[in-house]
Amino acid sequence: MSYSNHILQSLDPAAGEAKIFTILQAVNDPEVPVLSVIDLGIIRDIKDLGESVEITITPTYSGCPAMDVISMNIRLALISHGYKNVIIKQVLSPAWTTDWMTEEGKQKLKKYGIAPPNPKQQVCNQDLFAPDEAVQCPHCNSYHTHRISEFGSTACKALYQCDDCREPFDYFKCH
Amino acid sequence: MPNQSTNQLINYLLSNGDNALIIGHRNSEWCGHGPVLEQDIAITNISLDLIGQARNFYQYAASLIGNDSNEDKLAYLREAIEFKNCLLVELPRGDWGFTVLRQFFFSAYQFYLYQQLQQNKDEQLAAITAKSIKEVTYHLRWSSEWVIRLGDGTEESHSRIVKALDELWSYTSELFLPAPYEEKMGIDISGIKDKWIQKVNEVLCEATLTAPSPKNEHTGGKQGRHTEHLNELLKDLQYLQRTYPGMEW
Ligand SMILES: [Zn+2]
Repeated sequence: MSYSNHILQSLDPAAGEAKIFTILQAVNDPEVPVLSVIDLGIIRDIKDLGESVEITITPTYSGCPAMDVISMNIRLALISHGYKNVIIKQVLSPAWTTDWMTEEGKQKLKKYGIAPPNPKQQVCNQDLFAPDEAVQCPHCNSYHTHRISEFGSTACKALYQCDDCREPFDYFKCH
Repeated sequence: MPNQSTNQLINYLLSNGDNALIIGHRNSEWCGHGPVLEQDIAITNISLDLIGQARNFYQYAASLIGNDSNEDKLAYLREAIEFKNCLLVELPRGDWGFTVLRQFFFSAYQFYLYQQLQQNKDEQLAAITAKSIKEVTYHLRWSSEWVIRLGDGTEESHSRIVKALDELWSYTSELFLPAPYEEKMGIDISGIKDKWIQKVNEVLCEATLTAPSPKNEHTGGKQGRHTEHLNELLKDLQYLQRTYPGMEW
């Protein structure tokens, strides 16, 4: 079960929290615009307190520059749906992991041309000069790929190339 | 007015935040100047992680300080004498060998320190370090590989990293000399030191390098006694807020 389903089940539909969840499904990550904040797994709690709404989020990386923009976009989306007093809380614990990304999010990434993160347990090799993680090409599904750079356009992605179809692609690193 | 143990925690948070901010700033000086594009991006991302860690420490410290303290004031409006970072992190970036060896010494220290701090009885300090240790694990792996690559590389790379080792070594002992505000934080500094020495010897050995014998030790940064390099760095880091107070992007 992914983390956001877990949140959904804990929500009280009568209190309007399920409606807020639906609104958040349309708020996207500015750096990976195909993913919503729900897909990304960074929404930790939703509280509809009547007078106000309280959203708890957790950052992906300590220095992720997108977090401030994400908070602002969540606020704007809720205000545009008539919510007046929006409180956004940030928590660090437990630390975010790509294992919290939804299945739907992973499928969206792949369709968009970004290889989704491998499950964390498969790739915890911390050895020096460890071989590249086996990553499936999002275009032709081949596993004959190699890493070009540990970092891509953002901290959360690495750059890979497919040895079969020759296409370069981004890999959303497991974290 | 925060009580004595809160004050101690504030100083401890500032010291950890300052270490992360200052080495993060030094690494950021490589942006656009890295030896190859991939490594330019790697060192810049490491900066981003470290500055993000500094923000977490500062935000927590500011909440304990109260009044109208905030992360920006702590980073941009303190004088050098108020900074509690160790001297190791403020030294100029030097060449690539100097930068990666310094990062290796620092990351190994941070790794074993955060391993302990993520169990700290202060929940927020534990949360910040548990979050950061994933990033530090990568920094340690990345810098270890580079130390080995340069040490066991060409004659030129070997001689450069030997020189860096000679210059940096006397700044490492400060990491393990507790300042008064570190003493009651429930950390076992000598345990961290033992693990650090073991890790450093392991990597240096693989890099065909030998740790120099101890000579003059440079200390005092944790108590606010800095080299002139920190002033120079802060002139750059704090320029905008000093020149246009309250300026926002
Ligand atoms: Zn392919």
